[in-house]
Amino acid sequence: MPTLTYRDALNQALREEMQRDPNVVLMGEEVGVYQGAYKVSRGLLEEFGPKRIVDTPIAELGFAGIGVGAAMGGLRPVVEFMTWNFALLALDQIVNSAAKMLYMSGGQIRVPIVFRGPSGAALQLASQHSQAWESWIAHIPGLKVVAPATPADAKGLLKSAIRDNNPVIVLEGEMLYNLKGDVPDGEHIVPIGKAEIKREGSDVTLVCHSKTLTVAQKAADQLAEQNVSAEVLDLRSLRPLDEAAILESVKKTNRAVVVEEGWPHTGIGAQVVDLIQRDAFDDLDAPVQRVTQADVPMPYNKFLERAAKASPEKVVAAARKVLYLDGD
Amino acid sequence: MATKVHMEALSPTMEEGRLVKWNKHEGDPVKSGDTLAEVETDKAVMELVARADGQLLKVMVPEGTTVPVGNVVAWIGKPGEKVDGDGAAAPAPKSAPAPEPQKRAPSAVRSAPEVAPADVTRVKASPLAKRIAKEVGVDLKLVQGSGPGGRVIKRDLEGAPATPAAPTAPPTYHAPPSGVPYEDVPLTQIRKTIAKRLAASIGPIPHFFLTAEIDMERAAEAREALNTQLGEAGGKISFNDIIIKAVALALVQHRACNAWFQEDHIRYWNEVHIGMAVAIEDGLITPVIRNADMKSLRDIGAESRELAGRARTRRLKPEEYTGATFSVSNLGMFDIDQFTAVINPPESGIVAIGSVVAKAVPDGDRVVVRRRLRLTMSCDHRVIDGATGAVFLKTLKQMLENPLAMLL
Repeated sequence: MPTLTYRDALNQALREEMQRDPNVVLMGEEVGVYQGAYKVSRGLLEEFGPKRIVDTPIAELGFAGIGVGAAMGGLRPVVEFMTWNFALLALDQIVNSAAKMLYMSGGQIRVPIVFRGPSGAALQLASQHSQAWESWIAHIPGLKVVAPATPADAKGLLKSAIRDNNPVIVLEGEMLYNLKGDVPDGEHIVPIGKAEIKREGSDVTLVCHSKTLTVAQKAADQLAEQNVSAEVLDLRSLRPLDEAAILESVKKTNRAVVVEEGWPHTGIGAQVVDLIQRDAFDDLDAPVQRVTQADVPMPYNKFLERAAKASPEKVVAAARKVLYLDGD
Repeated sequence: MATKVHMEALSPTMEEGRLVKWNKHEGDPVKSGDTLAEVETDKAVMELVARADGQLLKVMVPEGTTVPVGNVVAWIGKPGEKVDGDGAAAPAPKSAPAPEPQKRAPSAVRSAPEVAPADVTRVKASPLAKRIAKEVGVDLKLVQGSGPGGRVIKRDLEGAPATPAAPTAPPTYHAPPSGVPYEDVPLTQIRKTIAKRLAASIGPIPHFFLTAEIDMERAAEAREALNTQLGEAGGKISFNDIIIKAVALALVQHRACNAWFQEDHIRYWNEVHIGMAVAIEDGLITPVIRNADMKSLRDIGAESRELAGRARTRRLKPEEYTGATFSVSNLGMFDIDQFTAVINPPESGIVAIGSVVAKAVPDGDRVVVRRRLRLTMSCDHRVIDGATGAVFLKTLKQMLENPLAMLL
């Protein structure tokens, strides 16, 4: 199986879907001539031309709205945001138009659109450009939200997103684009709404997604040295959530730690914990713990930034807590 | 801070325990999981294990003393650590003088801190621990939790430690010196339990009895043939094994007799677990052959011998002598023709097996000698009515008289 970067896996998904369906178009800032701020659209302008690879002005609300209109008119637009921090300006089109059109038109008008771009912190991009948006976006009925953590999942989920007849949000990451991994050639589809056990274990479930998969995997390595067998469950999709997979794993391990990049208050982890406490209550041997970003704007200082982020050490400490390994 | 060692509930019905022997002594280092002492429960001699690391600082209860579940029996802590209140507030053991309270400096006149078990009306337990306790029938109030604030968690309910203690000699009774008119022998835990449970049975349970005489000629022939077949391979099949199997199969057909009387309902069991009364020195115990209807005669024979063997050395685990749905009691080996057995609640029935004896019986107009067995079923009338018991007994009789029917 070829080894690709996360960036090239996304590029492959875009290219294959554009070859497969002439209605697929890509628009966003610098996606054409510059081949993407993070080079995800490399070579696409050359192959598909300026009618399908459209450079836009710095006007997120405007081109998001054009994308929604194009989707209503029969195209399958992929709208790239240079970062989800800029997509904040386009939220009205995403939340009020894309997410609600099917409902408010009484089921008459579909909006098959993909909004994609990096989310969460990279390195020292400071408070305004280091934000994890998943709990904002996943809050909205009418949207689907995926957050692939590996190159293979990035390809498979972007293809599913483009083929879906509803608005789908794809959350990527600046720190993920260079990540390498095996990616199946050709028709590789990861269904939306399916989590995946990335590592099997029996003592505690580490629920994660996107960049926190690496955090959870490192924590699982450290826990293994302490004779704790951790299961790593990558959610992959945040809406819909693969509730069955979460419950099945927690029923096996009786303990869970939920790891995410975002802030603790009303985070994705809160949603996961709500599910577990209700539907796996009698299987729990300990209250579920969460590991999140510190509840502060992301610091610019690199030591403070590191201290604010979810880390393997924080996950190990939380796992030891749910396993009652450190006494009271 | 030093950790208390409580008398733990080592069997589902244990309310108090007799400290038979301390395996660790004051000053010994202990690790979590070490066997601290052997404790005689109402059923067996079990191990009390350490739940903390450190040194055995203080033993509160001398050997031979009986204390209620929950009482502090020892302290574990760091060497030299003062034991809080020295356990002075612990309830005095029943049959031994309370340990001497430590002399206190005048500055320490405040009342001794409470060392009695925490508030037993409020049990903190993880949801999983609650579920496990319900499934195995453990009273969480009697379990010492190791989680935060004494929360009972899964590991507190996990089975006894893997290494069994060295066997202890069963209690022996010395012949009274001559000239003494009587000897007072204190009740052992198991004798107390038998008294309590059987009185509780014959009192509130309206027993009635059904007796049938069964021709065992064909069963005896089958048994001889099977044992010849097994040959030297071992694992001989006894009449008792055949009876257990027949009872189990008959219960499958008559679920009405395979039931527990509960306070406000009757639990009809779909599984058949046969309790097998085993005489042991100083009492009896009923190890359980689980799913006996689905086991071969050979497996039943092997399992009953193994369970009976361990019953006699009092090494059965609680789950091995609880949960029967029906029982069999056999005094055939004592040349008893016929007897009635007392129901072991919450079961609703028990069959009492007499000896297999050769008898002259009419066969048409002649008299033949046949091996016969008298069997008496005790029924709880709250669950089983006369006719219900009678049809069950009829099926059982048919199976024993024609063992091939068991293959149907």
